[in-house]
Amino acid sequence: MTFLQFIFYLLAAIAVIAGLKMISVKNPVQAALWLVLAFISTAGIWLIAEAEFLGLALILVYVGAVMVLFLFVVMMLDINVAEFKEGFTRYLPLGVLTALAIFALMYLVLGPERFGLEQVAAPAETASAQSNTLALAVPLYTEHVYAFILAAVLLLVGIVAAITLTLRRRPNTEVLYQDIDKQIKTRAQDRFEMVKMPAHVEKPLPEKEKEE
Amino acid sequence: MFDSLQAWLSTFLFDWLAVLITLLIQAVVVILPVMLAVAWLTFAERKVIGYMQLRMGPNRVGPKGWLQPIADALKLMFKEIVRPTESNFYLFVVAPVLTIAPAVAAWAVIPFDANGVVVADINAGVLYVLAVTSVIVYGVIISGWASNSKYAFLGAMRASAQKISYEIAMGFALVTVLMVAGSMNLTEIVEGQQGSIVHWYWVPLLPMFAVFFISGLAETNRAPFDVAEGESEIVAGFHVEYSGMAFAVFFLAEYAMMILISFMTAVMFLGGWLSPFEGIPGLEAVFAWVPGFIWLFVKVAILLFLFLWFRATFPRYRYDQIMRLGWKVLIPVTIVWVFVVGVMEYVQLGPWFD
Repeated sequence: MTFLQFIFYLLAAIAVIAGLKMISVKNPVQAALWLVLAFISTAGIWLIAEAEFLGLALILVYVGAVMVLFLFVVMMLDINVAEFKEGFTRYLPLGVLTALAIFALMYLVLGPERFGLEQVAAPAETASAQSNTLALAVPLYTEHVYAFILAAVLLLVGIVAAITLTLRRRPNTEVLYQDIDKQIKTRAQDRFEMVKMPAHVEKPLPEKEKEE
Repeated sequence: MFDSLQAWLSTFLFDWLAVLITLLIQAVVVILPVMLAVAWLTFAERKVIGYMQLRMGPNRVGPKGWLQPIADALKLMFKEIVRPTESNFYLFVVAPVLTIAPAVAAWAVIPFDANGVVVADINAGVLYVLAVTSVIVYGVIISGWASNSKYAFLGAMRASAQKISYEIAMGFALVTVLMVAGSMNLTEIVEGQQGSIVHWYWVPLLPMFAVFFISGLAETNRAPFDVAEGESEIVAGFHVEYSGMAFAVFFLAEYAMMILISFMTAVMFLGGWLSPFEGIPGLEAVFAWVPGFIWLFVKVAILLFLFLWFRATFPRYRYDQIMRLGWKVLIPVTIVWVFVVGVMEYVQLGPWFD
């Protein structure tokens, strides 16, 4: 067994166990964390397959951003686990049937007879210095540039839609808003005024008495 | 050196075992100095801030207080680790590990000198650092959630929201560096800055240099962006419930990240191990004997001093102002600069000052 194989089997085992734990563990926060572990070990397997850009992008995007937001949501929600488990036995046969059907479909399409060196030729060995990122970027920005821009515009529309859906301004009677731009642009002169006025001079005591 | 060690080991061991042992030795060679640097960085911080505030700083343990970090470490190791009731034990223990592991793992691709003095000279080095450091946020969230404490949870929310916000600005700042350098390999990025002090990327990418360093401050939750542990508001942030060595691990991670950010800034914008006197007729020959890693360490030391200086100088930002700075100031600036660099590359303007 070479070192690479050892690492591959280690990561594959972690990915499988993490995937199983993700669907079997009771606590939703823990389930999300098991999913993160599955992502990380999968990224490791991609790295072994010399797809370092995909592997690192998987960690950066899914682990570093998507799952963090997901965890936020799961942690904030007060999920009653007992309610989730209700009717487990009742729906079990249907669930098993669905799972088997999905597995059968995937087996038909992705079964072992479609893979292996007899079906697909081994990929040509590339020099280790060849940049994976460059190989991905050049076709993306030349051949598929229209599709790429279209996807970008679609995402932009998605962002705008999501923001307009959630944006609401309540009247100032309900909530007091702080205008940070205004706060930062304040100068000392706006808040503080120097006033010149004549000094009040106390007269000596005998003079005062004379006046009275 | 490590190749020959591996070759020698594999003469009498399994191949994979030889690789594993070599990797372990390489890791220790990098991690041990980093951890020692962290220990004395805490000492430096207390001394520097002390003198800035007209105090002496720690001066009791050892000559002039130099053994203070060891005393601190011993004290923390012998303290009891208290587990809050109703906390999630496994996650409570895993959280510090998740914080320190990425902060240490990112060192694998940091080059220390020319000719490949680096553990893993991979061609996606920048991406690797970004990906690995983005995992740290899990340590923060999990520690806050698993402690079963309101203050810890609030601190975790603040810290993680801040971290993922500033990661975007940081990533964009790095994108401009990649565009100018044309490579993601950190060694190649440094080599692209060869020439003189004005060939370093801080000149063409001056706004990005500022954005990167400010984002680095926010990433590491350092002052003035340390609302995650605002003492007056939420006690100590996500690690309130941790005591003893578990607490120390969070601190180790924070300081290791500070040093990492300084190294990244030095490598990306300040020419890494290149001498600042390069290209200056008289001085270049005078300073030719200085090895490259000394220059890198000097640059890193200056950047770390900035971290400490900022802490002693600036008042803490308000939380909504931090978010505004990240999203409405830094990210637009970086996006505009990505276009500027793109146009510069397109019209073949630059490399600069040639």
